[in-house]
Amino acid sequence: MSEVLLSGTNLGKAFGRTAALDGASMLVHDNEIVAILGPSGSGKSTLLHCLAGIVAPDSGTVAFRGRELGRMTDKERSALRRTEFGFVFQFGQLVPELSCVENVALPLRLGGMRRKDAEVKAKEWMDRIEVGHLLDKRPGEVSGGQSQRVAVARALVTGPKVVFADEPTGALDSFNGEQVMRLLVDTARDTGASIVLVTHEARVAAYSDREVVVRDGKTRQVALAH
Amino acid sequence: MSIGHALLGLLETGPRHGYDLKRVYDERFGHDRPLAYGQVYSTLSRLLRNGLVEERGVEAGGGPERKRYAITDAGVTDVSEWLVTPENPQIYLQSALYTKVVLALMSDRDAEEVLDAQRSAHLASMRELTARKRAGDLTDQLICDHALFHLEADLRWLELTAARLADLAKQVTG
Ligand SMILES: Nc1ncnc2c1ncn2[C@@H]1O[C@H](COP(=O)(O)OP(=O)(O)OP(=O)(O)O)[C@@H](O)[C@H]1O
Ligand SMILES: [Mg+2]
Repeated sequence: MSEVLLSGTNLGKAFGRTAALDGASMLVHDNEIVAILGPSGSGKSTLLHCLAGIVAPDSGTVAFRGRELGRMTDKERSALRRTEFGFVFQFGQLVPELSCVENVALPLRLGGMRRKDAEVKAKEWMDRIEVGHLLDKRPGEVSGGQSQRVAVARALVTGPKVVFADEPTGALDSFNGEQVMRLLVDTARDTGASIVLVTHEARVAAYSDREVVVRDGKTRQVALAH
Repeated sequence: MSIGHALLGLLETGPRHGYDLKRVYDERFGHDRPLAYGQVYSTLSRLLRNGLVEERGVEAGGGPERKRYAITDAGVTDVSEWLVTPENPQIYLQSALYTKVVLALMSDRDAEEVLDAQRSAHLASMRELTARKRAGDLTDQLICDHALFHLEADLRWLELTAARLADLAKQVTG
């Protein structure tokens, strides 16, 4: 088995009196696609947010390449998110005032790249994700499937080691959902990125290498039947 | 799957020899299970008996492999009716898994484990189908997608059952 890239160990997180996570653990290896499955409200998104350093767990630890996120400064953590992590969510993630190419270039601009260079690179990625014809459109002027592909380009433009995808196909029909998954998985395989994929659709989960099942804030250890 | 109807449907594009019919069938529909010659000829003789096909241009020395078959008007009507008659929905998983879950609950075993094992086996098949689909042509994609949607439906039912295990346990043990 390849090296462990990201680990969450015994994670606990409560919102008020709701225990969203209650002893959840999982590993993500290099170049691996892991699906997080489980019923609504079981803690999937909270687990993903903890692994991505967006939410700090109340207990337990998250480590990226053995470095504990909880021991980093806020600045180090946001640098990590910007350079090593990419994100795709269900919807509403593109900045409506910016054109598609500006949206894709945004993570590079935030990392300090010059506008022109960032947009050249953004365009390359948009071509690769088959939305090169939408450069100057605003997010409001493209379809749901196209907007999700723009979001995939934006998640991959910095060359992240891990892409966190929370219901990336949740707002799409089967056909567009498949296309987004294909592009996401193909490009991740090419670039060597891992994917943490939250989904409630089994067909989408079938693009993963392995699944982790969450129930009541706990990850279930499933005996492998195969 | 009615092979007779599928062969009739293929004959609508023009008369064919039995071996030719088998070849076209295997190419289009036989991905997992090619037809046996015996099956083709026994099906054709039944269709012949029922007046749904007729022989065309029998060559000298005519064994079955020398005959060409053409669809009759009655055959065309039969195909039309078959096409719009829905298939029986299959419910193979439900009865077996339901039995296991109920038995697990009755014997105070972990019923979730039964469901977990099934989910994991289903996902494993779905991964294989997804890989096959991605490597294949449009026909492979459509065939795999059909199987994938069915397995997905099983899993949705499985998750719903998982969510109702506590209620089911009460009913079973109460
Ligand atoms: N920011 C928050 N404030 C309060 N409660 C929250 C918050 N985020 C999550 N929760 C609660 O924590 C529990 C787990 O939520 P989470 O969003 O992780 O579930 P999920 O598995 O992603 O569900 P879904 O499939 O519906 O997206 C739920 O009971 C939810 O209401
Ligand atoms: Mg969620």
